[in-house]
Amino acid sequence: MSLSHQDVARIARLSRIAVTDAEIDAVSRQLNGILGLIEQMQAVDTDGIEPMAHPQDVSLRLREDVVTEPSRREACQAVAPQVENGLFLVPKVIE
Amino acid sequence: MIHATLKQLSQQLADKQVSAVELATGYLQRIDALNPQLNAFITVDRDKTLLEAAAADARRAAGLAGVLTGVPIAHKDIFCQQGWKTSCGSKMLDNFVSPYDAHVIEQCQAAGLVTLGRTNMDEFAMGSSNENSYYGAVRNPWDLAAIPGGSSGGSAAAVAARLAPAATATDTGGSIRQPASHCGVTGIKPTYGVVSRFGMVAYASSLDQGGVMAQTAEDCALMLSVIAGFDERDSTSLERAREDYSRDLAQPLAGLRVGLPREYFADGLAADVGRIIDNAVSELKKLGAEVVEVSLPNTRLSIPAYYVIAPAEASANLSRFDGVRYGHRASEYKDLVDMYEKSRAEGFGSEVKRRIMVGTYVLSHGYYDAYYIKAQKIRRLIADDFKAAFAGCDVILGPVAPTAAFNLGEKSGDPVQMYLSDIYTLSVNLAGLPAMSVPAGFSDNGRPVGLQIIGNYFAEAKMLNVAHQFQQVTDWHGKAPAL
Repeated sequence: MSLSHQDVARIARLSRIAVTDAEIDAVSRQLNGILGLIEQMQAVDTDGIEPMAHPQDVSLRLREDVVTEPSRREACQAVAPQVENGLFLVPKVIE
Repeated sequence: MIHATLKQLSQQLADKQVSAVELATGYLQRIDALNPQLNAFITVDRDKTLLEAAAADARRAAGLAGVLTGVPIAHKDIFCQQGWKTSCGSKMLDNFVSPYDAHVIEQCQAAGLVTLGRTNMDEFAMGSSNENSYYGAVRNPWDLAAIPGGSSGGSAAAVAARLAPAATATDTGGSIRQPASHCGVTGIKPTYGVVSRFGMVAYASSLDQGGVMAQTAEDCALMLSVIAGFDERDSTSLERAREDYSRDLAQPLAGLRVGLPREYFADGLAADVGRIIDNAVSELKKLGAEVVEVSLPNTRLSIPAYYVIAPAEASANLSRFDGVRYGHRASEYKDLVDMYEKSRAEGFGSEVKRRIMVGTYVLSHGYYDAYYIKAQKIRRLIADDFKAAFAGCDVILGPVAPTAAFNLGEKSGDPVQMYLSDIYTLSVNLAGLPAMSVPAGFSDNGRPVGLQIIGNYFAEAKMLNVAHQFQQVTDWHGKAPAL
């Protein structure tokens, strides 16, 4: 199967990456090339194989529900594009 | 001094032949002189480096020094380091000065290692040639027309050109071993979970693993002993006792069973690279190793499986770059979604965008089982191949890449061609195994070629033993480019 320009535009939107009309042809070609490579997997019989997420098959640790990190708001917000009164500013989302 | 190993520098510091400030000054001068043509460093900060060096000298004077206190090294620009720009090779993080240290950096600081600077890399560690950096490609010190390999190309070039005696690096699909091979340095990627990912900018979290590069296996052992260790802030960090990775270096290799996977010597391997690997195997035989043939039948499936799993995880990890809390924000936008889309379109380079979109697609509604779960099943098959192979051998040897370093620009227009060159490295990450690249010779056109040593889980000390013994009878690792 091959992705149409419309499919690619939808994927770009889901990815929150603006793709211009001028770019979409080249992007589609490259994505289709990569998906062609990936399709090789479909020829392999993997029935009954357990998917592998972690090489050691360890389970996630639990810890005590206690405070472990001090507040470092100022240091962390020093690298933010726009802050005010300790809050991150974004364009208005509620009218 | 410039060609000295970590081990030698450590001795010189202990003997008071040189101070940490003198060492740092010497390397900084060399970086000033050579970095303009190599582009191995993104950030150098003389004042910060010399402050760290002076602190290391004070620590030595106070009798509180460790083995490596005062030795200068370089850090891949993927490890968050407080007060240093941590760009990850991306415009997205060009303005990001980290407010905290990665675990790897904390460990290096605790050991008293001095930071020489931050090395160039493919953007967000995505690439095999270093051409995907926002800061421009790194050049291979052996041949300025050649790629250094990627993604840790800056670290490899810096060590090869003797701009640093060692460097940190990361390996998600070969990003330590392939540049180490192409630049003629020794590099080690440990077992997944041995080095904490805390503060290491995430690419594909189930594959990402920190490691090191240096001139020798002995130096890699010293460095790995510093950076490895359990860290509760990384949910996949393994709870294991600290190890001295130097402990087995001197062991003789008599009786060592070396596995050669037939799939790694089939079509596609360049003749000159094949010859170099054969010669390296012969050297190990002289040291008493026995050679057995093994099979890793699913090797070719590592490419599609990797290029599903890595982009899928990348698309999730890189969703954090939204122009809100840190990183690049577009200057003009009409609403919140427009701000996200423009900030990300401007902040990411084309390879990063491609992988995010591939990942978004394979994880999207209706495709998850067909792609991600399928790839995870193939991942299990690949891990099982290694399990079967290691039943009959102690280490597996092979090439790192099908050819020596290719030319800059040669493959940059065709992502699929670039991906295919990762054939001998991806399986190791999918299985979570440790592996190394060790200098083993030069291609017909004079470019370095590395021997890959793959170990079983937690067999780092064994691999380092094999590499060290190999380096006792060869001098490929001691060769340096004329610059």
